[in-house]
Amino acid sequence: MDVLHRAPAFTFDAFGNGSSSDQPPRSLSLAWPLLMAVLLATMFFGLTDNGFAQAAVAPKRTIIEVLWRWAPLLLWGFCFNLVISAGAMAVGTGVGLFLGLAQMSRTRPVRVMANVITEIFRNSPWLVLLFACVLLLPFQIRIFGLVIPFPDWAKAIVGFSLPIMANVGEVVRGAVLSIPTGQWESAESLGYTRTQAYLHVILPQCIKRMLPPWMNLYSLVTMSTVNASVVGVSEMITLTAQANAAEGSRPELLAPFYAFDLVCFFLYCYPIGKWTEYLERKYQVKI
Amino acid sequence: MADLQNISATSQAPPIVSLRDVRKSFGQVKVLDGVSFDVARGEVVCIIGPSGAGKSTLIRCINALIPIDSGSILVDGIEVHAPKLDLLALRRKVGIVFQQYNLFPHRTALQNIMMAPITVLKQNKEEVAARARMLLKKVRLEGKEDFYPAELSGGQQQRVAIARSLAMKPEVMLFDEVTAALDPETKKEVLLTVRDLSREGMTCILVTHEMAFAREVANQIYFTDRGIIVEHGPPSTFFTQAKDPRTREFLSQIL
Repeated sequence: MDVLHRAPAFTFDAFGNGSSSDQPPRSLSLAWPLLMAVLLATMFFGLTDNGFAQAAVAPKRTIIEVLWRWAPLLLWGFCFNLVISAGAMAVGTGVGLFLGLAQMSRTRPVRVMANVITEIFRNSPWLVLLFACVLLLPFQIRIFGLVIPFPDWAKAIVGFSLPIMANVGEVVRGAVLSIPTGQWESAESLGYTRTQAYLHVILPQCIKRMLPPWMNLYSLVTMSTVNASVVGVSEMITLTAQANAAEGSRPELLAPFYAFDLVCFFLYCYPIGKWTEYLERKYQVKI
Repeated sequence: MADLQNISATSQAPPIVSLRDVRKSFGQVKVLDGVSFDVARGEVVCIIGPSGAGKSTLIRCINALIPIDSGSILVDGIEVHAPKLDLLALRRKVGIVFQQYNLFPHRTALQNIMMAPITVLKQNKEEVAARARMLLKKVRLEGKEDFYPAELSGGQQQRVAIARSLAMKPEVMLFDEVTAALDPETKKEVLLTVRDLSREGMTCILVTHEMAFAREVANQIYFTDRGIIVEHGPPSTFFTQAKDPRTREFLSQIL
């Protein structure tokens, strides 16, 4: 029982130290009891199960030992999730910005095209887009004899960036439309061209409005990157399955392993969510 | 041209703004139904009338914020209703101030004034800054350079908006109910600024509900209703000798 109580505390401490750099929010304390309960339950379940399975052959490590052993690899995998999410977000935001502006273009064909693209990618399952990219994109690109490798994780970035692009487009459109028309009238009557008005008047005011939904989207994307395991990218969930297999696929290890993954994602995404809420309150449009 | 101006110093000079049979509809609604008038250089014109009479539309047509359906608007030789209108040339000549101020909230008072000359006219930043400070002083807002619009009162914001328009060195200023959103105290500051401008010889076209102010500063008063000019005249006769029943009714309600 002593072990039981120390175990989760130990895991949490180790992780708490690791993530202390990305400013833990005040209200995180609310989440701790819940997390404790989840982890304690899984640990307890695992350990009792372990007791029953004593008769098995291989030298068995305790759950704590297993997690301790595989934590570095799993965290490495988690970093991969973060890289994919950041890459996809960067690409998706860049393209999405133009897509959003194109939706409001004065040229009808541009507007229609942008709307069609947005609707397609906004209303497709993320996993389907991911599959499509991983299966349809070549593994390398040859340009004038120069061979650029295109590994699975890069394809995953492209795959995730498509729905992000469409969603960012909507965020941009919403923000621009929320700027009072008087701002356009002012800029126009001062001689601004449309591009100048966007650059100097409209978009600077949009950034504040776009930040909360954009961060919310990022949080969603980070959690969705685990889908990449389905197409074999060696991110956290893929590595977890491999680690589990290496430990002899003991059923009682499944829950602790995935609980560990869950905690990692939670500790990363929860502060982002809280921060988003804070920014939403702070930037609430005052009239 | 110089001869012409010499011959007829005031009233006979060619108008700087000239509207001829201007028509504009929004769907089925005829907002402007054949409006014509001239504004001479240095003249102050007030447009009054009940709400929905098309006053704001009229004033926005003069600087091409709203395109007209037919007719002609000439601003200092530029035809506004032309397919190949040089928008920038027109907008350098015409400044406009709105009821809702419409300052850029992410920039300070001084930056609001400096932005257009720097971005649009690519003028030297130091010169523009010096001019902007002078303009702020002119609208009696010295010391408010680094305040953001949200930190200024309505009247102060409106005066920054006036200074921002003046920074483009316009020849004509349009005022669209600039005091309608202000309380009586701050209203006065703004009206004083407009009066000073008109006394300096700026051509002003005002849409206003301030009858006392119109009487004081205007050279001509136009009463509009349902898209047409019902009656007009200098304030000395307009307020006392209105002939049209619609004008009389409006004046009886307001005065």
